[in-house]
Amino acid sequence: MATQELILIDTLCTHYQVEVSFFDALDFMGLIEIQIFEQTKYIPQDKISDLEKMIRIHNELNVNIEGIDVAFNLLQKMEALQNELNILKNRLNIYESE
Amino acid sequence: MEFIDYYKILGITKKASQAEIKKAYRKLARKYHPDLNPNDKSAEKKFKEINEANEVLSHPENRKKYDEYGKDWKHAEQFEQAKQQQGSRRSKQGGFSGEGFSEGDFSDFFESMFGGARPSGRQRSGGVKFKGQDFNAELHLNLEDVYETQKQVLTVNNKKIRLTIPAGIENGQVIKITGKGGSGVNGGPNGDLYIKFSIKNTTKFRREGSNLFTTVDLDLYTALLGGSINVATFKGKVKLKITPETQNGTKVKLKGKGFPVYKKESQFGDLIITYNIKTPTNLTDTEKKLFEELQKLR
Repeated sequence: MATQELILIDTLCTHYQVEVSFFDALDFMGLIEIQIFEQTKYIPQDKISDLEKMIRIHNELNVNIEGIDVAFNLLQKMEALQNELNILKNRLNIYESE
Repeated sequence: MEFIDYYKILGITKKASQAEIKKAYRKLARKYHPDLNPNDKSAEKKFKEINEANEVLSHPENRKKYDEYGKDWKHAEQFEQAKQQQGSRRSKQGGFSGEGFSEGDFSDFFESMFGGARPSGRQRSGGVKFKGQDFNAELHLNLEDVYETQKQVLTVNNKKIRLTIPAGIENGQVIKITGKGGSGVNGGPNGDLYIKFSIKNTTKFRREGSNLFTTVDLDLYTALLGGSINVATFKGKVKLKITPETQNGTKVKLKGKGFPVYKKESQFGDLIITYNIKTPTNLTDTEKKLFEELQKLR
């Protein structure tokens, strides 16, 4: 079974200089999933990239948690549309090359 | 080196107050922040420009210097003196770090005026680690190259990167190679490398996802009476049985003879063959006569 690497939230708080409440709020909004083992909170390592993005958007653009949620939803939608566009472009190429 | 109008970049006038500068900067930063504009080079460039403009205009001393010498930026000596006079005074106004934004991103213009890129706000605030710059690259391949998983060694920014290209990758698809971007700052993690695949198809097969499409010519007699033909698939030939009275445009699906399914080992799409019945031309008199007889029978 694949093991999942977890990172202690306290470590992240120190590293990124953010409050634990920020992570709790993200978790409450469903933007991250905090895992609790023996009363200690962790975040899976593979979610760090998204988390960093959220911290940057929050700190650098003064966007609140609700705003981050909206931005992430739109980014996901944009990614889906980009993929769809890519598929359609490829399909169009087929007919243009005929 | 071109003169850069930082006021124009922020969309403000020369008389703008610090509050107006901050407001304009924040508004533009929200619009062009790399996290909100993934894979958008123009947004990234714009973001760097507004950051640079803010670095200068949000600090009164820098702004004064810019206002005074900006138009005459070619007078390097004067700038040099100004720079020396400035000594070790440094801006206290923090800038955005953003994804992929590093101190090396300031323009030559900025460097000529202020003696090189200054550390960002985060660095000044006590050596906090942050992620390195993300790199983007494009890899051109032929369709044949992505039929099988292959390993390639790429050189990106003088670094050799071993890359496994999974079979069945799509044209335009982007893959991320974690940690192969720019070096992190203050021991932070490296940025990522994004590789976009540009796949050219010069084969006679049309590709739609993992399915392949091709048209096969069929002579009239085989179409009418049935028989067998050899058909080229993407990998080798197969013998196909033709049922009698096959119609023009009939489609036949060869299961598993298509393209590999991306990241699904040993799974292949289908090959869809469309028959194109070729009627004979340059008929001899005898052939014409025989066809007329056949016509009468109908």
